[in-house]
Amino acid sequence: MEAVQPVSAPPPARVEGPGDAATTPQVERPILSVEDLSLWYGKSRALKSISMRIPEKKITAFIGPSGCGKSTLLRCFNRMNDLVDDVRIEGTIRFDGESIHDPKQDVNALRSGIGMVFQKSNPFPKSIYDNVAFGCRILGTTRKRDLDPVVETSLRRAALWDEVKDRLHESALGLSGGQQQRLCIARAIAVEPEVVLLDEPCSALDPIATAKVEELMLELTDLYTLVVVTHNMQQASRVSDLTAFLYLGELVEYGETQKLFLNPAKKQTEDYITGRFG
Amino acid sequence: MNRGRPSDLAGRVLTWLCGGTLALNLLLILGLLALLAANGGSYFWQKPLTLLTLRDGSKVLGEVQRTEDIPGSKPGTVAARRVQLKVGNRDLTGADFLWEDAASITAREIPPAAMLLERLEWGNFYGFPVELRKGGAIVAAGDAAIAAALPDMLAEKHRETAEIRHLEKDQIGEVNRRLEALRLARRGETGAGRIAAIDREAASWQGRYDALAADLDSRRKTLLAETLVMRSASGQTKEVAVGAIVRALRPNTLGGLDKVGLYGSRLAEFLWDDPRESNTEGGIFPAIFGTVMMVFLMSIVVMPLGVLAALYLREYARQGPLVRAVRIAVNNLAGVPSIVFGIFGLGFFVYLVGGTIDRLFFADALPTPTFGTGGILWASLTLALLTVPVVIVATEEGLAAVPRGVREGSLALGATKLETTWKVVLPAAAPGILTGMILAMARAAGEVAPLMIVGMVKLAPALPVDGVPPFIHVERKFMHLGFHIYDVGFQSPNVEATKPLVFATALLLIVVVTVVNLAAITLRNHLRRKYVSSAM
Repeated sequence: MEAVQPVSAPPPARVEGPGDAATTPQVERPILSVEDLSLWYGKSRALKSISMRIPEKKITAFIGPSGCGKSTLLRCFNRMNDLVDDVRIEGTIRFDGESIHDPKQDVNALRSGIGMVFQKSNPFPKSIYDNVAFGCRILGTTRKRDLDPVVETSLRRAALWDEVKDRLHESALGLSGGQQQRLCIARAIAVEPEVVLLDEPCSALDPIATAKVEELMLELTDLYTLVVVTHNMQQASRVSDLTAFLYLGELVEYGETQKLFLNPAKKQTEDYITGRFG
Repeated sequence: MNRGRPSDLAGRVLTWLCGGTLALNLLLILGLLALLAANGGSYFWQKPLTLLTLRDGSKVLGEVQRTEDIPGSKPGTVAARRVQLKVGNRDLTGADFLWEDAASITAREIPPAAMLLERLEWGNFYGFPVELRKGGAIVAAGDAAIAAALPDMLAEKHRETAEIRHLEKDQIGEVNRRLEALRLARRGETGAGRIAAIDREAASWQGRYDALAADLDSRRKTLLAETLVMRSASGQTKEVAVGAIVRALRPNTLGGLDKVGLYGSRLAEFLWDDPRESNTEGGIFPAIFGTVMMVFLMSIVVMPLGVLAALYLREYARQGPLVRAVRIAVNNLAGVPSIVFGIFGLGFFVYLVGGTIDRLFFADALPTPTFGTGGILWASLTLALLTVPVVIVATEEGLAAVPRGVREGSLALGATKLETTWKVVLPAAAPGILTGMILAMARAAGEVAPLMIVGMVKLAPALPVDGVPPFIHVERKFMHLGFHIYDVGFQSPNVEATKPLVFATALLLIVVVTVVNLAAITLRNHLRRKYVSSAM
């Protein structure tokens, strides 16, 4: 039984607009909810009044052409945009019901609750073991006997354990690209986050490594909520439960993946997924 | 328009030009090293003693140093050549070296009986042994008898010399320190009872001192009891105390293996002994020690100084015109003449900081300065200032090379900026930082000018590290290989004698720098293997 039931949207409305209720699935008890979010890089507006609710323990995919704001939106969830100079954000994002921009919110605690995997795999120049243990050490677990099981579990969940168990103390940079990306996933889930954000995790991987990572994502939904940005529509249709299509900073359509791909409510969505532009 | 493939031709020319330039550079460096090695290395090799008979009938004994054309003469004729001899016997003739025209030499021989004495004072003596005396009475006469008796006697005398040195340095030195401490204690004391007690204690130490001094005196007399009478080539005789002889050899009877052994023994003396005869003889150990210790102290200071400054510049400061200006200023600092740093070190570290420390903590010893004078600490700090731009620039480059993704990965795991910098960025930049340290150390080891005014001396009485508490004396003056080269090469009373020493010392300085660098490079490669593999 699924805990959250995305309700399919009513028939397409005639007037197309951003954050249209007609194109947004009703999600009860969302883990992340976005309300009227706008973001400016300097003077240019990268996100325009986005509202959406992301269900727990599902895979939600963001698709859209380059520059549509899907990565920007993703990076709002763990406040990685804070690192960029000259960013202004309006609107609210709630994580487990609490605003992430609340002054009381500890951004480091938020980031250990919302893990992230990047487009380009970025293992630390340390051993495989130290990479996975990094987050736990930051959170104060330093004893080897506490760390060992965490490292093993995380690597097993990331389907990497059998490949690296004999060289845990060798440099992580010696791994292949696909292994590095799975290591980054293991590193992200080692701190037991509720949500894992994946920013085009397979764009630098070959098809076999991509298949492995996708398989892994499907397995991880038992434990985590996944939000994945991809510009590979096949990937979105293969792995995600829900898909959001963004275009020019606007949320054009958001709904159940199958429905969105088979029977898009909006013309723009249809044009994009059928390859007429993008 | 038919130009063929001009770009290809230009490419080939450029390749040749680059290769040729590299070859030229290598050639120059190798030439320098070969020059140093040949001249410095041959210093320890014993040449045969040649007895020259001159046209006027006089005889000269010595080592042939070189033969050259007389300037302004017609080349290719015997008359145009002259020979330089090292004849020693400075106490008899006043000069160690002389030139003889090749034309005036009528005979050359290599007499097996000729003997070379390396002495503690007056340099080498070249001549023929006549007899061994003890307290005026003849103990042995004739070559064979002397050859049999001399080695044992020399060994005995070397043992006695070591005992005297121990007595002087350790025992009398200890008594002197006690007396000085009591003198200082008496100064600050006002109670009559305490002063009387201090005086009593001082008197007892003074008694110990007198006893030790008397012992030393008698030992010195014993040391000089035996003498070796030598006859020079010109017929003069000279009585040399056996206790003042370092080595007695018959170079012309030595086989190849003996010469190799002698070479090793002289090299060891050069490396491990104190200098003698105003640095023209003996070893240069204090200079090696001073150089290495100063570089070591400097590294300890410059590493945190440079790395932390670079961290702020690269990781924390808001990049803008101000930071750019600071960066340019730091780079330009590397171009300030080193003597300017020396003057700054003298004014700031020695006079201001050192003077203040003296007034606050060593007021008893004033007016004798403790820290308020040049010393190895101030020299190290001055060099740290001199080399800090190199470390900053290298560290900044190392930090800039750490990919942004790695930083974001750490932050996305909930690490703070400090944790990210400390645990991820800095380790990844470690090889770059060490490259900066290598450059800084090489620069510091070769620097001379600023050190001349902040604590480097021609001859330091004691090493900065010894057995006297607190064991490390950073306020002491020190010797340095770079300055030693200048000193023996240009400030020496006996320039001819020290010429090979200049080469040997320069070679040694290069060896020291190379060893220090190799250690740092090994560490860096180890870190590279640990942190950064080929996959990156």
